[in-house]
Amino acid sequence: MFRNNYDNDSVTFSPQGRIFQVEYASEAVKQGSVVVGIASKTHTVLVALKRNAEELSSYQKKVIGIDEHFGIALAGLASDARVLSNFMKQQALASKMTYGRPIPLERIVAQIGDRAQTSTQVYGKRPYGVGLLIAGVDETGPHLFEFQPSGMTQEMIACAIGARSQMARTYLERHLDEFADASRDELIKHGLLALKESLSQDKELTVDNASVGVTGLAQDGKRKIESFKLYDGGEVAPLLEAALESAEPASGDTTVEGESMEVDT
Amino acid sequence: MNHLPQAWGRPRDDVYGPYDASYLQSGHPQTHTKSPIVTGTSVLAVKFQDGVVIAADNLASYGSLARFTDVKRLRPFNSKCIVGFGGDVSDMQYLDRLLNSLDVVENYSSEGHSLNAKNLHTYLSKVMYKRRSEINPLWNQMLVAGLDGDDKPFLSSIDLLGTTFSSPTLATGFGAHLAQPLLRKVADDESKVAGVTKERAIEAVKECMKVLFYRDARSLDRYSIAIITKEGGVELKEDEQLEGQSWAFAETIRGYGRTQEV
Repeated sequence: MFRNNYDNDSVTFSPQGRIFQVEYASEAVKQGSVVVGIASKTHTVLVALKRNAEELSSYQKKVIGIDEHFGIALAGLASDARVLSNFMKQQALASKMTYGRPIPLERIVAQIGDRAQTSTQVYGKRPYGVGLLIAGVDETGPHLFEFQPSGMTQEMIACAIGARSQMARTYLERHLDEFADASRDELIKHGLLALKESLSQDKELTVDNASVGVTGLAQDGKRKIESFKLYDGGEVAPLLEAALESAEPASGDTTVEGESMEVDT
Repeated sequence: MNHLPQAWGRPRDDVYGPYDASYLQSGHPQTHTKSPIVTGTSVLAVKFQDGVVIAADNLASYGSLARFTDVKRLRPFNSKCIVGFGGDVSDMQYLDRLLNSLDVVENYSSEGHSLNAKNLHTYLSKVMYKRRSEINPLWNQMLVAGLDGDDKPFLSSIDLLGTTFSSPTLATGFGAHLAQPLLRKVADDESKVAGVTKERAIEAVKECMKVLFYRDARSLDRYSIAIITKEGGVELKEDEQLEGQSWAFAETIRGYGRTQEV
């Protein structure tokens, strides 16, 4: 009997000043599996936890390369993300064709922000049910942006969205100061460890369910960029190994100590 | 049906009253440029070790009439590049407005990103090719001078067909015939550019402007010249006067309508 009358469309405010359809769209983001993004002075990484709908199916793609200089990671409705990523691919290509210039990230992010906002203000449309992390490099260096279904976008140093992402954000907040000067490998490591924090007890990171995307400034020439590289499947193995190894020793040492103490008693 | 073709296919006035033509397009026929009207002549440009120098005179001719003597044909873009226009002046003014709106959009949409000469050249080439594909070309040849993404000197040409090419020295219009061979003495190859000083490049361009004024009947002795370098940005001077003219050679010319001495 207490039906909510203000959530039938995305253009009606509730008396409390809320737009329920937009809030429901944000819930869709929270149901998606977690993705983490971090930016340093030289690189950006996107790290994602992939899910498979059933044992027999493949894993859902979480990190998508858009152009040579940037990519996205998604949490929420993958089909909505596909619409947005196709749009971004078109815009990136258009910029390359008409100006011979890789599209500035700030601009492409503003464009999808505007698109998403429109669907919260036009009758008959619905908000995108997906959150994105957009990471890449342009003329002004590495950038990481967060995009939400409301159309809100903001630049971040590090960010995590999706299910149980609070745990990952806590990790990121704890290590915030280390990111700016982190190397490529360290940044990937931080990304994977943040992702690991958010896993439920019975899960762990494997080559099947982890995806990593990296972009950065190339080490040799200042202007040249290291183009977006997606690590998937077997390619993730060395990255996972390096990250988990660095996390283990502390706990490894204590167990060794524990054992020796047991021997003593 | 009566004898007036204008009335054919329309309701008869004597039956339905005067025909209300107000909803029809009042329009004139669509017109395409088939030849330029008011024209600018040569644009010259030379790359040197750390920049580009570009020049064009201030004349807009109406056929063979020197109609407008204060037309600026070098257009700065976002304080980093210069576009030099040859050909139709009204199309130049259209492109000027187009570049203006591009500049506004670029400045509003984000900070820290600006189009360099190479980006601008790519953009203009697409504009020109689109128009030629509509069989309604913008009747210009342009030189784009400035610095590319690596702050290296950049110089390239676009014409009314959207054709592009680049070279250490470029000239449009009459200058393509008369000045280009002279400019190639300064640098005929990309590898020579590093050895060309700013002074040498300016001197060569000024000399060619003079030669063009001697022999091109659509030219003027007042001109604009711009120097683009990484350090100095764009230095544009729009009211220069040709110096050191010597018309002694004219005495020896026979023919071409000059009174014949037997």
